[in-house]
Amino acid sequence: MELKSNVPTGPIEQAWDKHRFDLKLINPANKRKYNIIVVGSGLAGGAAAASLGELGYNVQCFCYQDSPRRAHSIAAQGGINAAKNYHNDGDSIYRLFYDTVKGGDFRAREYNVYRLAQVSVNIIDQCVAQGVPFAREYGGNLDNRSFGGAQVSRTFYARGQTGQQLLLGAYQALERQVGLGTVKMYSRRDMLDLIVINGQARGIVTRNLLDGKIEVHLADAVILATGGYGNVFYLSTNAKGCNATAIWRAYKRGALFANPCFTQIHPTCIPVAGEYQSKLTLMSESLRNDGRIWVPKNAGDKRVPNSIPENERDYYLERRYPSFGNLVPRDIASRAAKAECDAGRGVGPSGLGVYLDFADAIKRLGKHKIEERYGNLFEMYERITGENPYEVPMRIYPASHYTMGGLWVDYNLMSTIPGMFVGGEANFSDHGANRLGASALMQGLADGYFILPYTIGNYLATAKPGPVSADAPEVREALANVTNITNRLLGTKGTRSVDSFHRELGKIVWEYCGMGRNATGLQKALGLIPALREEYWKNVRVLGSNEEFNQSLEKAGRVADFFELAELMCLDALNRNESCGGHFREEYQTPEGEAMRDDDKYTYVAAWEYKGPGQSPALNKEPLEFKYVHPSQRSYK
Amino acid sequence: MKLTLHVWRQKNAQDKGRLVRYEVPNVNEHMSFLEMLDVLNESLIEKGEDPIAFDHDCREGICGMCGMMVNGKAHGGHKGTTICQLHMRHFKDGDELYLEPWRAKAFPIVKDLAVNRGALDRIIAAGGFISVPTGSAPDGNAIPVQKQESDLAMDAAACIGCGACVAACPNAAAALFTGAKISHLGHLPQGQPERDRRSMAMVEQMRIEDFANCTNIGECVAACPKEIQLEVIVRMNRDYIKGALTNRPTSLKGDSA
Ligand SMILES: Cc1cc2nc3c(=O)[nH]c(=O)nc-3n(C[C@H](O)[C@H](O)[C@H](O)COP(=O)(O)OP(=O)(O)OC[C@H]3O[C@@H](n4cnc5c(N)ncnc54)[C@H](O)[C@@H]3O)c2cc1C
Ligand code: SF4
Ligand code: FES
Repeated sequence: MELKSNVPTGPIEQAWDKHRFDLKLINPANKRKYNIIVVGSGLAGGAAAASLGELGYNVQCFCYQDSPRRAHSIAAQGGINAAKNYHNDGDSIYRLFYDTVKGGDFRAREYNVYRLAQVSVNIIDQCVAQGVPFAREYGGNLDNRSFGGAQVSRTFYARGQTGQQLLLGAYQALERQVGLGTVKMYSRRDMLDLIVINGQARGIVTRNLLDGKIEVHLADAVILATGGYGNVFYLSTNAKGCNATAIWRAYKRGALFANPCFTQIHPTCIPVAGEYQSKLTLMSESLRNDGRIWVPKNAGDKRVPNSIPENERDYYLERRYPSFGNLVPRDIASRAAKAECDAGRGVGPSGLGVYLDFADAIKRLGKHKIEERYGNLFEMYERITGENPYEVPMRIYPASHYTMGGLWVDYNLMSTIPGMFVGGEANFSDHGANRLGASALMQGLADGYFILPYTIGNYLATAKPGPVSADAPEVREALANVTNITNRLLGTKGTRSVDSFHRELGKIVWEYCGMGRNATGLQKALGLIPALREEYWKNVRVLGSNEEFNQSLEKAGRVADFFELAELMCLDALNRNESCGGHFREEYQTPEGEAMRDDDKYTYVAAWEYKGPGQSPALNKEPLEFKYVHPSQRSYK
Repeated sequence: MKLTLHVWRQKNAQDKGRLVRYEVPNVNEHMSFLEMLDVLNESLIEKGEDPIAFDHDCREGICGMCGMMVNGKAHGGHKGTTICQLHMRHFKDGDELYLEPWRAKAFPIVKDLAVNRGALDRIIAAGGFISVPTGSAPDGNAIPVQKQESDLAMDAAACIGCGACVAACPNAAAALFTGAKISHLGHLPQGQPERDRRSMAMVEQMRIEDFANCTNIGECVAACPKEIQLEVIVRMNRDYIKGALTNRPTSLKGDSA
């Protein structure tokens, strides 16, 4: 398949403005004749639905929770980047662009990233105008802090609830449109299939989670903004309902899946406590601004942290990376923690943990200042672990957090299925092999407020999708497909719960396709996963019926898709014989243990194409070009 | 430890519902309350019994999806804590717990412990926003906000829309929720132009949704996991009265684009 990225040519600084000017417009009076489906109400979907509604389109927006305000964007704590240079510390659009391309280990598209940095400035303005209560300085101006991978202070925040406040801004804009009647909101709906007619995306099939009704919704264009697939690991920082179903089923309808193996492991999560554990909790990366990370110098030192003297502690990030110290990017911080634990210096009952210590910061700034900066995070930590982080250092360990892979999209955020657009974490576009902190919120809102509203108009004006009928054979086929999957899951009547399978799958993916990967392990996983999947379809137990509120059935469909996705992740990881960002192939490292890229062979986006059940997917490559930021060994020393 | 649970089981909105008793052995103090229910549900599934339905998603105390009454207390009654963040170390071996859904006319039961809180979204749709078009905003620092005001706005904006205030209120009023949104926007310069009309529209919607009036009992504040303060209700009432006295009846929503 030929991948047309539609990336503009010419100077990068003017590319988006020029492209935007070239995009076709639709007369305001005609907009209401177009129906647009938006699946997802997080930052990307909520912002897109609100903006498209405001432009006058007829929008239908879907989410699986009971309210759009609960999309997982709400959980983001730390902040959102923008190249405002309010602090006069040398920031600029170009620098944000540069940091992001470099942070992504040269596996992102330059033109997309530049555009992201450019619109970042408008995002903050938009959110301020909506009433997002960003932190302020005493003079009334917006406050900033710094985040991993950057040496300037460009992260805007609202206490430790930045995602919540940004999402509420988008949600309120969305509800305003709901009140005006331009957007119809469908809550508690699961998208279970995509309807493609004459090669164009024309609708979706959903299950009403309240009563099991399988419904068809048709439109002129479809946007998927369904978030990330990190729950494939079972334990992750994602909400319980986060899933890959919408993008996975679109993949099976012809959308290419790009870079599935690029998952971000976040360095500062609360370590796993026991088998019953259902999720992992993130401690915001902003804590690394004031917290110092260390382990005891001697392996097996089990003394309580406060009785380990200064000269027997190893502040290993400060030692290894003197210029970035505790603020090195996430992939680097995560691997460094794993290395310490592998060498027996890990702390806590499981030995899988390192200390994040605030004692120095409290001495320097006073407890009050620390409380003001991180109070709610400290409370959260104490609630979960029963330990008081003002008195003993926090224990942290890396966990699956964000997925840089996702559906392949071109510069217009359109997938390989015409009429189907993908925004936010569900697409692969802007972060390359590693996402810097505070840039996912930026991307979600950039896509939703400032990019999709333009590019969709262009598609509708040029492709002119005509009317379709609910009786079309493609619609009936999609309906039958959904009913089949549901009946199969309910009909299996095995002995094992969905969760028990999901947990087992998660362990395989974490072990062999987690923080470190190697060919032997990946090959092993590629044997284990299909075997477990086969058992799943023979032995899963889903009680009850379709025609009711049935949470086990919801989960069962999601886990079925995770099985298939997990296999593709391993295949992708095995194909990429290099290390980059969140993809660390143990065979490819420098003598100092840093990731070693192979630019000659792997400067491409791996876009996988579904070839049918039981068939191997085909690998398509989109070559990446770096005209502005020249690939170099990433160094944070 | 070992616990005895009495859980409200109700197949759907039409079903009558009743309390069913379950024994949960092997509760670990590090589990969250919802993980304890997960473990019970796994054992029910093994026995071929319908697992208990309850709403949850983030399990980090931020999405507002979870919520139930435990021994008559919303979210289990621990200060500033959602049920997903409540850990079992707060309970003792042999404890007997009653688990029931939020009860309010405006929150119809979906199944077991899950209810429908769509009414809260409709209150926001009635006026809980600032009417600002996308993409034409002035520079962020062009609207300075006093730190103190911004902090007060944030205090109120922290509401997660869980509905515990409604469930805890003997009248099933939604005043704390609505007051929180009104206070959030009312503390900011951007929120001023629509301030009075906003409160009128939202208060009116509360009535339409069958939430009763607030009689200042304060149970909501005790139950709120985000510790939203009673002052938000005072603010809502003040804005409402001012609006009612000074406004011409216009629609807040304006013309549709
Ligand atoms: C704990 C945590 C902290 C984070 N902190 C930060 C931070 O500080 N800064 C930062 O920049 N990023 C942060 N991130 C990352 C960032 O929050 C996410 O990447 C981003 O919010 C994703 O937004 P989204 O709109 O793409 O998806 P989401 O917000 O996840 O929204 C997905 C939407 O899709 C819907 N949906 C999903 N599947 C279906 C389906 N099958 N059918 C119907 N609807 C469906 C959901 O209901 C939801 O509405 C954090 C992430 C986590 C998990
Ligand atoms: S005011 Fe408190 S209790 Fe009420 S919905 Fe908001 S967070 Fe929940
Ligand atoms: S599950 Fe999100 S607040 Fe409890």
